Amino acid sequence: MISFSGVVKRYPGGQEALKGVSFAIAAGEFAFVAGHSGAGKSTLLKLIPAIERPSGGAILVNGQNVGNLKRSALPYLRRNLGLVFQDQKLLYDRSVYDNVMLPLAFGELAGREAARRVRAALEKVGLLAREKANPVQLSGGEQQRLAIARAVVNRPAVLIADEPTANLDAESAAAILEIFAAFNQVGVTVLVATHDEALIGRFAKRVLRLARGSIVE
Amino acid sequence: MRTWLRQHRQAIAAAFGKLAAQKSAALLNALVIGIALSLPAGGYALLSSLRDVTQGASLEPQLSVFLRAEARGPEAEALGARLKGDARVNSVRFVSREQALKELQATEGLAEVVAALSRNPLPDAFVVRPKVADAVDLDALAGDLRALPGVAHVQVDSAWARRLAALAGTARLAIALLATLLAFGLVAITFNTIRLQILTQRAEIEISKLIGATDAFIRRPFFYLGALQGLAGGALALAILGGSLAALNVGVAELAASYGSAFRLAFLAPGDALAVVLFSGALGWFGAYLSVSKYLLEIEPK
Repeated sequence: MISFSGVVKRYPGGQEALKGVSFAIAAGEFAFVAGHSGAGKSTLLKLIPAIERPSGGAILVNGQNVGNLKRSALPYLRRNLGLVFQDQKLLYDRSVYDNVMLPLAFGELAGREAARRVRAALEKVGLLAREKANPVQLSGGEQQRLAIARAVVNRPAVLIADEPTANLDAESAAAILEIFAAFNQVGVTVLVATHDEALIGRFAKRVLRLARGSIVE
Repeated sequence: MRTWLRQHRQAIAAAFGKLAAQKSAALLNALVIGIALSLPAGGYALLSSLRDVTQGASLEPQLSVFLRAEARGPEAEALGARLKGDARVNSVRFVSREQALKELQATEGLAEVVAALSRNPLPDAFVVRPKVADAVDLDALAGDLRALPGVAHVQVDSAWARRLAALAGTARLAIALLATLLAFGLVAITFNTIRLQILTQRAEIEISKLIGATDAFIRRPFFYLGALQGLAGGALALAILGGSLAALNVGVAELAASYGSAFRLAFLAPGDALAVVLFSGALGWFGAYLSVSKYLLEIEPK
C-alpha cells in the first residue's frame, strides 16, 4: 500500500531530515512512526500526500510514485488519504457539520447522501450531537475527533495522523487512538506519528522508530 | 456534469455570501467602479446625442452667395453663369428670396415671426458646392466670390459642422483613452479586493488544498466574486448615468426649447447599456484572474 525506498529529504540550506529511509506498510496495517522531536516523523508523513517532495528515492502509494506526481494530480492523491494533524487545521468560522462536509464539496457526493455521510462520520467519532457547534466550543480532544471525522468522511483507504494526541491528556489521547484502531479494524491502513512511548505501549502495533532521519528499528 | 454544475452553483453562492458578509466594503467597491465607469459611459451618451444632431447637418463644404437686393433678373443670371463657369465650382443652385422665405416659414418656431414681417427681407442666393475642400482654398474661393458684382455676402456654411465633427472625433478619442485608463483602474481595484480575500481565506485555502480541492475549485468563487463586483459596478454606473442625464436634461430641455428644438441628452441604447455592464463584469473577472493566478499559487499546505 505504502512503500518508501531509499527516501532522502533535504531541506533548502542542506539540512537532511530523512537519510535513505525504506519501509513498506501493507494494506490494512496499523503502524506507529515513533521518535523524538526532530527525528523526521512529520517529514516522513508529509511526503506521503506530497506536501513535501522527496530529494531522492521513491515513495509508492497504491503503486503510484507520489514523488513524480504533477501538481494537478495532487488533489486526487490527497482525496484518497485521510490526514489528521496535531493542530487539527479546522475552519473556525464554520460549524462542526460544515467542517466535515468540506472534503465532499469537491467530490461526486451531494445532497442527502453527502449529509448522511457527514453524520455517519460524526457519529463514529461521537460528535453527532455537536454538529451545529462551532469548533471553538469543542475541547481539544473533541477538536481532534472532528479532524478525524473530516479525514474519514471520504472513506479513504489510508489514514495518516501526525502527533494527533500531542496536546491531549492521557485519557483523551487513548480515546483518539481507539478511534484509529476502530477504523483499522474495518480495513483502513493507519499510520500514526507520535513521540508518546506510553501510548505506543498500550497498543500492540508495528513501530517504525526514527532517529536523526533514519529508521533504527 | 451535475457535479460540475453543483460546484459552480456553490461557487456563486459562496461569492454572494462573501459580498453579503462585507456589505459596506462591497458597496464601496461597486460605487468606485460605478463612478469610474459612469464617466466614459456618460461621455459616450453625450457624443451619441450630439452625433444625432450633427448627422442632420451636411459636412460637405458649401458656400451661400447672397445677392444684393437690386441684383435681380439678368444680373443674377449672369452671376449664376459666371459661378458655373468657375473651374473650382462643382454645382450651383439658385434659391430665390421667395423660396428662402418658404423654407424659413417651415422652420419650427419661426412661422409666426415670418408671418409678422411686412415684407420679405431675404435676398436671392446661390448655393455653391465647390470642388475644393481645403480650408485655405475655400477661403480663397469665398474671397473671389465676394468680389463679384451683385454679391452682398458669402458664407462658408459647413465650417461649423466640420469643426463640430472634428471636435466630436477628438472627444471620442479622449473618451476611449479615459475608458482604457479607468478599465485598468477597475482591474486594479478587483485585483486588490481579491488579493485581500485570498489573504483572509489563507487558512481555508491551505486546508482545502490539503484535503484534495483542485485549484479550479478554489479559484472559482474568487472569479465569481470579481465578476459580481464588476457587474454591480456596471449596474451602478448606469444608475449614476441615468440620474445625471435626468438632472442635466432639465436644463438642456429649457436651452433646446429656446432654439425651438426638442433636443435631449439620450440614455445609452439597450445594447450599449448591456455592453457596459458585461464589460465591467468581464474586467472584474479579469482582475480576479490576475490576482488568483499570482497569489493562489503561493499558498501551499505546510
